[in-house]
Amino acid sequence: MTDLSLSNKAIAGKTAPPSEARALRLPTQWIGVAPFFIFAVMFLILPTLYLMLGAFQNEAGEFTLENIAALSEPNIVAAYWISIKVSLASALIGAFAGLAIAIAIVRGGLPDWIRSATLTFSGVASNFAGVPLAFAFLATLGRLGLATVLLNTLFGLNIYAHGFNILSFWGLTLTYVYFQIPLMVVIIVPAIDGLKKEWGEAAATLGATTAQYWRMVVIPVIWPSFLGTVILLFANAFGAIATAYALTGSSLNIVPILLYAQIRGDVLHNAHLGYAIAFGMIVITGLANVFYIWFRTRSERWLK
Amino acid sequence: MKTGRFWAWVVFVLGAAYFFIPLIATVEFSMRMRRGAYSFDAYQIVLGDARFQATFMYSVFAAIFTIILGILIVVPAAYWIRLRLPQLRPIVEFITLLPLVIPAIVIVFGYIRMYGSNSPLPFLANDTATNALLVIGYATLSLPYMYRAVDTGLRTIDVRTLTEAAQILGAGWGTIISRVILPNVLIAVLSGAFLTFAIVIGEFTMASLLNRPAFGPYLQNIGANRAYEPAALAIIAFAITWGCMSLIQILSRFAPKSANRPN
Repeated sequence: MTDLSLSNKAIAGKTAPPSEARALRLPTQWIGVAPFFIFAVMFLILPTLYLMLGAFQNEAGEFTLENIAALSEPNIVAAYWISIKVSLASALIGAFAGLAIAIAIVRGGLPDWIRSATLTFSGVASNFAGVPLAFAFLATLGRLGLATVLLNTLFGLNIYAHGFNILSFWGLTLTYVYFQIPLMVVIIVPAIDGLKKEWGEAAATLGATTAQYWRMVVIPVIWPSFLGTVILLFANAFGAIATAYALTGSSLNIVPILLYAQIRGDVLHNAHLGYAIAFGMIVITGLANVFYIWFRTRSERWLK
Repeated sequence: MKTGRFWAWVVFVLGAAYFFIPLIATVEFSMRMRRGAYSFDAYQIVLGDARFQATFMYSVFAAIFTIILGILIVVPAAYWIRLRLPQLRPIVEFITLLPLVIPAIVIVFGYIRMYGSNSPLPFLANDTATNALLVIGYATLSLPYMYRAVDTGLRTIDVRTLTEAAQILGAGWGTIISRVILPNVLIAVLSGAFLTFAIVIGEFTMASLLNRPAFGPYLQNIGANRAYEPAALAIIAFAITWGCMSLIQILSRFAPKSANRPN
């Protein structure tokens, strides 16, 4: 690296004054990244900014806070609330179950093939979302699903008579967990692998019990990655629509489905209210990611 | 340690049950179409459906164009940042993570409002342009995965030495990227490509809101109107996802583990 830049400088020094050479080189410096930045600005940043600005404008293009205020309408608040509840519940369940599975396969003394099989399967299942996932759960826990029927015939337990419904909060949460757990496993296994053997040995030398080792070494080290991943799972569920839409149609009024209906048919009869809903979604996932990055940097101090 | 292993088995078996029961149930459900006997009727009907074939091929082509577009955008940028502009890395990494922050439905909503028929860039004015916009949207969605894959691939080769060697032999930038760098990170690029394929093939939100005849909206439509076919489609979709992930795993065995000289 040094050789090249030195010789470049030497050549540049001979042919032109340094400042001029710099000015000449600038455009070519940027040419490699230009397509990327043009693409990102046109198709990622500008469309998002357009909506965010639109959230603060009325039909005439004047500045207003009315759209943001209109987010407090009961049906919109209800939509945000149920979205947050589903995302949080599925993130927490997915995170704890995923952590348990990750610890079991990394530290549990299970055969090696289980670890690699679980990781492979997690890679597949974390990407198995959307409409097909909804079909799978309808076939399992729908009114005629295998699990529903078997529970009824084998144990006489009619889950639908007990208030369960796949088209409900718990049904959706249970479905989301199907991609949340594997995502947790994929992300957290490297963190658990990063626990150095020496730490366990050091703890043992100092007379720590297994419980103390876990409580005072493992949990504090894994904690930031764990919390960070919980937040990532939350954002992951919060923006998802396909699974919920295929599963429940519009019977469960989560925010992405409300926004979908608004884009399709202006159900709220106010185009700029749609912008405000999108703005609210970005604020929530954006905040979540700020925390994620914060936890991530904390965890990287320990895990290399 | 004994009890630890016992609990590990308990956790594993419970997890396996949660993940396999829906798959088994879906297979079982998909074969229930004929009364009183298991059959593959649902699969036959689905695979023979002209709309299945048309929408599936549409999504396959969308995925291929998405992958090409993704490579054209990501490979030169990732290469150039490693070679010349390392100070831009945090900005580019931040941008590539944005699609994970901004939900797809918001991105496509922005497209619809910004590139409508009356805008200076009317992507929604005709079918070809809307198809292009869908591919662009998919490329945006796959940006985090594509960039990550390519950057990891570049880390394992000595970008600077390869570039200098190519320059000494008289290669221009186009030649360097297409005939020196790309072949060296091909495995990484292909990993990103298969992941992109898995994401794009059944994507619903963007295709549906842009009114494209893609596989995702077709799946949704069948789900709303049929009983047994959706289960068969779920199994087919799972097999496709599985196939893509297996290919990535197989490819990763061929990937170089580390560079001779880290950059």
